[in-house]
Formats: sequence, C-alpha cells, structure tokens
Amino acid sequence: MDMDIDMTRVGAIIDRHGAVRGSLTGILLDIQEAYFHLPADALVEVAERLGVPVAQVYAVACFYKAFSLEPRARHTIQVCTGTACYVRGSSLLLAEVERQLHLTPGQASPDGAVELETVTCPGNCPAGPVMTVDGVWRGRVAPDAVATCIEPHVTTPEAAPHD
Amino acid sequence: MTDLTSAAALERWRTQLADASSRPPRRITICGGRSCDTLASGTVRAALEAALDRHDLRAQADVVTTGCPGFCEPGPLVVVHPERILYTRVTPADADDIVSRTIGQHEVVDRLLYPDARTGQGIVHEQDVPFYREQQRMLLLNSGVIDPHRIEDYVAVGGYRGLARALSEMSPDQVLAEVSRSGLRGRGGAGFPAGLKWERCRRAQGDQKYVICNADEANPGAFQDRSLIAANPHAILEGMIIGGYAMGASEGYVYLRHDHAPTIETVRLAIAQCREHGLLGRNILGSGFDCDLRIHLGAGAFICGEETALIASIEDRVSLPVSRPPFPAQQGLWGKPTNINNAKSWASVPHILANGAEWYAGWGTEQSKGTTVFSLNGAVNHAGLVEVAMGTPLRHIIDAIGGGIRGGKRVKAAQPGGPSGGCIPESLLDLPADYESLAEVGSMMGSGGLIVMDEDTCMVDVARYFTAFNAAESCGKCTACREGVSQMHTILRAIATGDGEEDDVALLEELGQAIKDGSLCGLGKAAPNPVLTTIRYFRHEYDAHIRDGRCPAGVCRLPARDGIGEAAAAV
Repeated sequence: MDMDIDMTRVGAIIDRHGAVRGSLTGILLDIQEAYFHLPADALVEVAERLGVPVAQVYAVACFYKAFSLEPRARHTIQVCTGTACYVRGSSLLLAEVERQLHLTPGQASPDGAVELETVTCPGNCPAGPVMTVDGVWRGRVAPDAVATCIEPHVTTPEAAPHD
Repeated sequence: MTDLTSAAALERWRTQLADASSRPPRRITICGGRSCDTLASGTVRAALEAALDRHDLRAQADVVTTGCPGFCEPGPLVVVHPERILYTRVTPADADDIVSRTIGQHEVVDRLLYPDARTGQGIVHEQDVPFYREQQRMLLLNSGVIDPHRIEDYVAVGGYRGLARALSEMSPDQVLAEVSRSGLRGRGGAGFPAGLKWERCRRAQGDQKYVICNADEANPGAFQDRSLIAANPHAILEGMIIGGYAMGASEGYVYLRHDHAPTIETVRLAIAQCREHGLLGRNILGSGFDCDLRIHLGAGAFICGEETALIASIEDRVSLPVSRPPFPAQQGLWGKPTNINNAKSWASVPHILANGAEWYAGWGTEQSKGTTVFSLNGAVNHAGLVEVAMGTPLRHIIDAIGGGIRGGKRVKAAQPGGPSGGCIPESLLDLPADYESLAEVGSMMGSGGLIVMDEDTCMVDVARYFTAFNAAESCGKCTACREGVSQMHTILRAIATGDGEEDDVALLEELGQAIKDGSLCGLGKAAPNPVLTTIRYFRHEYDAHIRDGRCPAGVCRLPARDGIGEAAAAV
C-alpha cells in the first residue's frame, strides 16, 4: 500500500544531509519520520542521489529496526520488555495493554490508528516498567493505570503525532 | 562569547566564570535524566520556577536541569546547592515548600528527604546518602551538577584543562605515552589497552584518520553510556579531541542511538559550542591542530556495538562485522586508520591528561586501572548509575551502594555484561569487578550493565530471555551464531515449558562451544555466556525442570506430569 509521495520533500531531506557518503542512515531516518515508512519511490530517489545501488539502500532499509517498508500506524504504543522492566513486571503491563488495544506486539489496528510494539531498553530502567505513547515515556506503570496512559492519545485519531 | 586562541585564554575564561558575583547565591538542580524525565521531572521544574516567581525569590536561586546523577530509584530528584540538600520523589505539589522554606527560610523539608534504611531518619545531604557515599566518582563527578547545555558549566569545573595541557605542553607522542602509562583499558567490554590501540592507529599510514565514540548502547538493562553523554557531553568531546591530537586524526564521529532526541540535541549543541569557542575546527587553542567532530545516528542494531559493524553502518552499509586484521586502526572508516572507543573510555581521557597518568593509575587494581560506571539494575533497592574503582567487589556494589535486595530477599546471582555476560552466583560475589576476575568465572566486565537477581528468579528463564534477545539480534552473517543461538533458544524454551529432555543440557553446552568457536565477532562469541554460566552454576535448576517437571523459583509454568508436578506443587 504505497501512497503518492511528494518527492520535493524527499529531495529537501536529501539536500539537508548534503547527499554525501555516510549520510544514508540519517536520510532514511528523516524519511521514515516524515512518512511513517520508507516509500519505494523514495528509496530509488535516495539511491540515485547518493550514487549507490538501490539494492544497497534496500538492504539497509530492511536491516535496521528503525525502518519500515510498510506504513506504520499514526499512534505507536511501545512497552519495554528489556531486562530491568522484565524483572519489574513488564509482562503484566504488556498483557494489559494487549487486552485493552486488542493487539499483539507488531500488530496495528485495522484502521491504521494504533500500533503496538515491544522495545528492549530505552534506558530508563529504574523507572520501569515503562511504556511510551507516541514517544512520550511513562514510568512505573501499573496495569490499572494503562487506560489513563493510552486514552488521551489514541481516542483522537486526527491528532497526528509527528507534525 | 570567547574565541579561545590559546591555553591561557581558556584559563582566563575559567577565571571569569568563577566570578559568582552576578549569580544568585543558591541553585536548585532538577534531574532531567532518563528515569526522572520519564517520571515527569519537567513538570517539577516548571512548578519550581513558578514558585520562585510567586515568592519573589528569583534573585536568591536559579533552576538548572541537569543530566543523571545516578540515584534514579527515588526520582524525580531535586538538590539545593551549595548545601546539597537532597529531595526525593518530588512532585509539582512540593515545589512551593522547597522554594518558600528551603530557599526563603533556610529550612529543610523533612518529608522529601531520603530515609536512612536502618533508622528511618531523613538524610539531609546528598553526599551522606550511602548510595553516593560508597562510590568513587570520577566520570560521574559532575553529572547532576553542571548544566549539560552550557559549555561554561563544564569549563568552570575544570573542563578542557586536559586538552589545553596536551596541546600546549605535549607532543602527540607524549600524550600517547601518558595514556599508555595510565593503564586505561577499553570500557566497551573487551578491556583492550587504550594506549596500544591508539599507538597502532598513530603508527598507521594514512592521509586521513578518524576517531569514533561508540555510544550506541543497545544492551537491555544498560543506560550508563547514554546517561553519561547526556549529562556531560563535553567530557567525551574533550577526550576525542585529545585522542585526535595523539593519533593525528582530524575528523571524528559520535555514534549515538537515533531514538532519544534530547540526547542527540545535547551533543549537537555541545559540538556547536566547541566550534564557536575554537575548541573544534582549525588551529584549536592556537596549537595548529585541526579537528572536527560530527554525530552519526544508528538506526537500531545491537551488532553496531562491534567496531567493524559500526564502521559499516557509517559507510551506508548493512552493519555486518568483518574479520580482523586488518584492524580499524590500520584500515577502518572509508579504508582509513580509525580508532573507536567507548564513551566511558573517551570520558576518562581528560582526567588522565589533566591530572597525569600516575594519578589515574592510583585508582583501581594492578591490571585494571581507573573507575567504571555500572547501570545497577534488577532486584536491588537502589537501581541507578554507579561509579566505582575497578576491582570493587560486586557484593559491595549490590549491598553498600545498591542498598541490598528488595523486600528483604536473598541475592541469587549478578550478571554484568548484559546479554553477552555470564551469571555469577552469590557465592562468588566477593570477586573484584575487573576484566580478569570476571572472565575467569565465565562472565565479563561488559560495557556496564549489572543486573541483580533475587531468589525468585529462575535461571533457566533468564538464560531463555537473553538467548531470545541474542537470537533476534544476531546479524546473520555467521551460521554458528545465526542458527546456533536460535536452536539454543528453542531448547531453552522447551525446558522452560516442560518439554526438556535429559540430553538437552549436554546439547546446549556443545552448541555453546560451537557458537564460540564458529562466530566471527565478540557478540557471537559471547552469546552463549548466559546459558553456559547458568548451567555451570545452576545446573540443579535445569535438572529440576527436566527431571522433576518443576521450576524451583516458580517462574516457569510447567504442566503437571504423572503426579510429580502435583506433588511438587503441594510441597
């Protein structure tokens, strides 16, 4: 499901990084942030501008966790399953989030509004178990506090998180 | 703003900054570190500023957001300087009392003090809290004190003095000799002598050389490098510039994770400040030495902790490690001589140059000098960032600094080194934390994670958990690691769910050895460590799962079998 994308915006991102060697990851990170995924047309454009094979750009796009070839949902809920959160009860937290969203990790809701994912260790362990809602961290989240964490962010689908 | 054209100009600037006459007499610091930020310390700061306005006390105190001082557990933390009165678990509702009573009336707000574990009495001063008192702080000394967004704060506490000494008084070879004599070893985990590594890069032929700071830190349970760089970015930049001078590298990269915008912004700002003041760019401090640093963002891959994989990722490629030699020192980034050190290693360098190799070597043990920083985590009362001299016994870190085990339970094991480390049983916790001692018992110093486990932890489950991480993060290049670690995970999952077989332990040991032998990089070689050490020290737990269908810690859900499971459950 690719959408029509504004290539001038992609071009501007590449320009900002200077289209020099060593800039591929940075360019792809910015495109991912702008479009919630890496559109195929954008990958081709990046390859052309950097003078590297499309296969190389595609390989990088597939390898790193930050990148996605399919559009991600407008809202992302992350639950940390890293070691420290794990010993502080992240599995109970995750189960409650799964129950409330009717999603398992890696799934997005059918309307594309919310996506649930697990992460290993954003590094705020003493505040664990932690979860994020659209990039905002919440610490020491008890399962009965999940609803109040999720609701303000995910009941308004028109609020785009990254704009 | 000062363009620093000489070491003397830097000292003059420092003297000006020391003049406190224009500043309020008190300062309130609020921790903006990752844990406190997650616990909404930003709202506390806003409340403190509003309270200062309301009570008309702006002339008496300013408010500064610092990086992480380490005592994360009872955050958000607020400290009133110069007395260093420590307030814990502060909420916006407490701001009025802190301002009106402590700033206005010089009174202590008792209810916000950290209670002494034995007496229950509130401890007033930060330096008297056992968590801090029992540490030896060098790298973290200024974390939680300085504003990481102000180069002035770093310079005022002696920052860039090491660089000034190197550039104005020493040749590159002398700097190299100083680092060698200090005994500094790489803090990324392997412990390779920094002096030797630098020497190799210095001697390599190349028209261009690079220095790189690895602050990717993708181990679960470790946050020390990110916290250090966010709390004191200039210490790392200063170390890198000194390294650049010693090795003849005029360019460098700070390799950061992409996923924490505030840290990236802090480092970006620090680099810009250095350029503005002539500490990066051409003719640094009038020495004729040119150097510039930039940020490279990693897009999320554990393998980037391996130096050749990290280089590949900067070179726009998939980060797969390659065999060494050639070492990066000979043929690194873009084929040029390159030196990669961990963030803690770079942050140690300014101390070595400012205070001398002998001073630095006075910390630590015969073979492991200096200090290191742990992310203390897990079942301890005080999780947080901890700095100790190398060779400090793990038990001291857990009990004296970490405040012992939560809920009065018993410690069962400690695991330094994250998913690559081995689990060390309680009986060996008096071991000094240094490279050799930890390697001898099948573990490793690692890069700074330290997970403490209590009696409720199932060691089979721990091994399964870390192996799942290592299987998911294997870059896939070497068959032994890619397939072997996955197979280990399959076997461990079977054991943890009651499908284990008598030969499984022997099979895990054989697989573990094969993975160690057949993997190219350190991450593959270390991946079996959690499994092999839990077998070595906690074999009875594996046997209980396999033979008796029982998880001694009660973590794994094993099906009842032929009355044995019920009998165990009834005990």
